[in-house]
Amino acid sequence: MEFLTIIQILDSTIRLATPLIFAALAGLFSERAGIFDIGLEGKMLISAFLAAAVAASSGSVWVGLFAGIVGSVVFSGIHGVASITFKGNQIISGVAINFLAAGLTVLIAQSWFSQGGRTPSLSGSARFNPVNLPFTEALQNIPYLGIIYNELISGHTVLVYVALILVPLSWWVLFKTTVGLRLRAVGENPAALDTAGISVARTRYLAILICGILCGLSGVYLSTGLSAGFVKDMSAGRGYIALAALIFAKWRPWYVLAACLLFGLLEAISNRYQNIDIFSFTLPVQFMQSLPYILTVVILAGFIGKAVPPKAGGQPYIKER
Amino acid sequence: MNILPKWAELVLIPLISVCIAFVISGIIIVLIGENPISALKLMIDGALGSSYGWGYTLYYATNFLFTGLAVSIAFHAKLFNIGGEGQATVGGLGVAIVCLSFPWPHWSVALIAASFGAMAFGAIWGLIPAYLQAKRGSHIVITTIMFNFIAAALLNYLLVNVFRPDGSMDPATAKFPDQTNLPTLHEILSLIGIPFSKAAPANVCFLIAILSCFLVWVLLWRTRLGYEIRAFGHSDSAAEYAGISSSKIIIVTMMISGALAGLMAINNVMGEAERLVMNSAEGAGFIGIAVALMGRSHPFGVLLASILFGFLYQGGAELALWTSIPRELIVVIQALVILFTGALDNLVRIPLEKTFIYFRKGNA
Repeated sequence: MEFLTIIQILDSTIRLATPLIFAALAGLFSERAGIFDIGLEGKMLISAFLAAAVAASSGSVWVGLFAGIVGSVVFSGIHGVASITFKGNQIISGVAINFLAAGLTVLIAQSWFSQGGRTPSLSGSARFNPVNLPFTEALQNIPYLGIIYNELISGHTVLVYVALILVPLSWWVLFKTTVGLRLRAVGENPAALDTAGISVARTRYLAILICGILCGLSGVYLSTGLSAGFVKDMSAGRGYIALAALIFAKWRPWYVLAACLLFGLLEAISNRYQNIDIFSFTLPVQFMQSLPYILTVVILAGFIGKAVPPKAGGQPYIKER
Repeated sequence: MNILPKWAELVLIPLISVCIAFVISGIIIVLIGENPISALKLMIDGALGSSYGWGYTLYYATNFLFTGLAVSIAFHAKLFNIGGEGQATVGGLGVAIVCLSFPWPHWSVALIAASFGAMAFGAIWGLIPAYLQAKRGSHIVITTIMFNFIAAALLNYLLVNVFRPDGSMDPATAKFPDQTNLPTLHEILSLIGIPFSKAAPANVCFLIAILSCFLVWVLLWRTRLGYEIRAFGHSDSAAEYAGISSSKIIIVTMMISGALAGLMAINNVMGEAERLVMNSAEGAGFIGIAVALMGRSHPFGVLLASILFGFLYQGGAELALWTSIPRELIVVIQALVILFTGALDNLVRIPLEKTFIYFRKGNA
């Protein structure tokens, strides 16, 4: 395999991992605070649609970004109301959110644009364009390093760099700040937090809000960075892959990055090659596509280490009387 | 302690929840600039106004009955089976293998064999997540979600590389032999002299679905296993203490659940398409969740909810044909039904309980 080919595959790995990183970090905040979130997919989708729709009509991707985040936060809020205020089943609520987004996006897209459930394609300032980092020209002629810098590191949209910065930031917030301690505590032992005089509901709503914003960014990137416009069901299971990455990473930020890059790499490889021949054995493309799910099942089953979710996850908190 | 009487618990709460879901759906129709009343009229006309419409409504209802029962029986053991879609998909594989591998002399024999094929494949697809939950402690919700995707990839692979007839570009199996084609409601009803649309896909599987409803009811409320399943669902620790093995209940319940979801394939694969195509389950596995929640996991409730969703599905198709409202309206309604009958149950329950307490005090 040529050096340039490897770099190109890694380059698309980063681009494909970006929406996963945003969404998996979103899930990280929510699930660490004890709110299971299988609605990542739906929030990603509604945000992708609103971002593309608003960017298309306003001509500014930043207005689109705002709209996408608002949409995702509203959906996150529905999940919060159902699972915190009304102490409902978080899984059922997540399922509902995914379908609500799948249906509403097409319904509204058809009503606004009449293009069969898609938005007009975006161009110019209505989408996120590649950013060229400094020194690209200076480094151009250096062998290997020049290609790595120009092709792999430089030339992504700004959201890619935001995603990469958010990984250490999430780690810092969750593990080095008081707010992070509270978020983690509310996912492990909400009664202890309640005893300490801190509102369980308010802490969980904060987690839900962060989750909504991050998931929103994921959707925005999908429709205005990775592609140029919204098409029906464009999240295509990425929310579930992000969920898989989160479990694969055992709910830890740095491992989330690693898992997302791994799943991004798998997608990049299966986009580029149909079947992969290893000696006389052929790996079908469908196997590559289902590998994230298979790996997650394997890791959840404890065959490679043990993935233990936050203790109070999925449980509504009911004050003792 | 139950504050609400049984009828309010089983009928009133789901009814109010569904009404809220429908009112919001109506508002959404208004917001996208259409008239909800005329939309409803169109749906009723299209789905229930002719035997053709009924034929489609009952065909869809048959699918949802199987998947709804599958989700319901798992709910009774407090297990959330989101994997109905995947189980129905591999059930289709079972049906295809049975139909294509043997020259069946008559549809009835083929149907029995195909049912067993579908149930066996579905049960295996339910068994693996169940085993992993029972023995390895992995969360069944996540595993069944993952198994939906794995099932889709598996079907994709097998259709493209194994089952596709030579020279065909279409990723689908060959058409099943004529002897395996099931009698439609048209043929059955014409035996007793009732005219019914010839074009609609509703077939003998509808009767099997009704029978399954009855059998699930017998299983849950008239057998020892059913008692154990419900006991485990109410309190796993109490059930364990009473000598009920929790691994056994998880595994057996999920196998029955998977078998029921898999059985759906006799309707859509054998009864309608008469070959196995990509994405054959078309989301029916997920509608099973809405149906089970709305029907309060009771076979009779599931029957009513399935017919309602069959109506919505066929009505939605008609709506998409005659207006600019896309079919996805049904997905929105489905989502709202799941949200209000499932997750936001307390939104209706708490005020209702307060009302009942208020009136009881008034009478005392």
